[in-house]
Amino acid sequence: MTSDQTKIQAIIDKHHGQKKSLMAILQDIQAEFRYLPQESLRAVAKTLDIPLIDVVGVATFYRAFSLKPRGRHTCTVCQGTACHVRGAPRILDEFEQRLKIKAGETTEDKNFTLETVACLGCCAIGPVVVVDGDYHAHMTVRKVGTILKKYRK
Amino acid sequence: MITILLNNVEVQVEEHWTVLEAAKFYGLEIPTLCHNEGLSPYGGCRLCLVEIGEKPKTRLVSSCTYRVEPGLVVRTDTRRVIQARRMMIELMLSTAPNSKILQDLASRFGVTQQRFTLRNEECVLCGLCVRMCAEQMDGRAIGFQNRGHKKKISTPFDIQSEVCRLCGACMYICPACQLRCQGPEPDTAICNACLTMEPTCLERYDELQCWMYDAGRCGTCVQDAPETGRPKPE
Repeated sequence: MTSDQTKIQAIIDKHHGQKKSLMAILQDIQAEFRYLPQESLRAVAKTLDIPLIDVVGVATFYRAFSLKPRGRHTCTVCQGTACHVRGAPRILDEFEQRLKIKAGETTEDKNFTLETVACLGCCAIGPVVVVDGDYHAHMTVRKVGTILKKYRK
Repeated sequence: MITILLNNVEVQVEEHWTVLEAAKFYGLEIPTLCHNEGLSPYGGCRLCLVEIGEKPKTRLVSSCTYRVEPGLVVRTDTRRVIQARRMMIELMLSTAPNSKILQDLASRFGVTQQRFTLRNEECVLCGLCVRMCAEQMDGRAIGFQNRGHKKKISTPFDIQSEVCRLCGACMYICPACQLRCQGPEPDTAICNACLTMEPTCLERYDELQCWMYDAGRCGTCVQDAPETGRPKPE
């Protein structure tokens, strides 16, 4: 068994291999690998005795899960109405140019994943960019470089 | 046995029946697409909508998933129902304009316009194939993935499934797989080639008055009502 397989099996065992823990198991795998590898879904389906298609259905239904490898840091640029009128599209453009990816993609060095969101519910401090759960308020195009530098090693 | 009011007629029905089963038992035809007797009810296509309750508090429910209850008032062919069905056919036809079953439904219900952008997805997400695979074939090889406008039916990871036995039941039951006949105008969204007549009752009354369901529509009403300004059937 490779180390990845051992890790996946350990996560499944932690939840006692119960069917009702499917979501929790997927969340733990997502936290460990930053995405859900195919093998992990197959292993989960086999151990929990759930049809593979149902596991895949759950994994693709929720946005919290990703079947594609994601970057170490997630940049979420709010594109809600309030942020939009204050220039969120320009901020997104700046991110896209600097990272050389489109929204929804991951950089080649697996450092950043760029995402958009419809509204984060904190319109008063918009435009908002969230990087790994840290909220950056009143974003401007100029601040983009500083933020990226902070998270880039 | 319980009593319900089905199109203003008091009828006796079994408690475990759905409204669709009751209507079928008494010879009323309700169009369905995602319903199949061998599969669990799904309520996805919304073609089997009926109006329940008494005015002014009526509502539309899908008859294939709605259980009969004592004193239930059901009307199967009101203006509201027919309009809702036409809208559903129009919507589904914009997704899969090449489906023969949908084209036939459009002809039967007089759907003559297409106001939505054609998408040619050739799937209306009725879920028949998914249920067929899981319930009748015990396969569970295909299922729904993603959600919202990205929802699709596929195998895990879009590669051939290990549990698929290539039985073909999913294609057999699919309402969108059977190609439409190439009518006189095959390029238009709605061919309406089978559309020779449509009942004119709705212009005068609140409900379809046609009692010729099973025999096919005789068309007398159309011929007797030249003042409606409709083109007469050839």
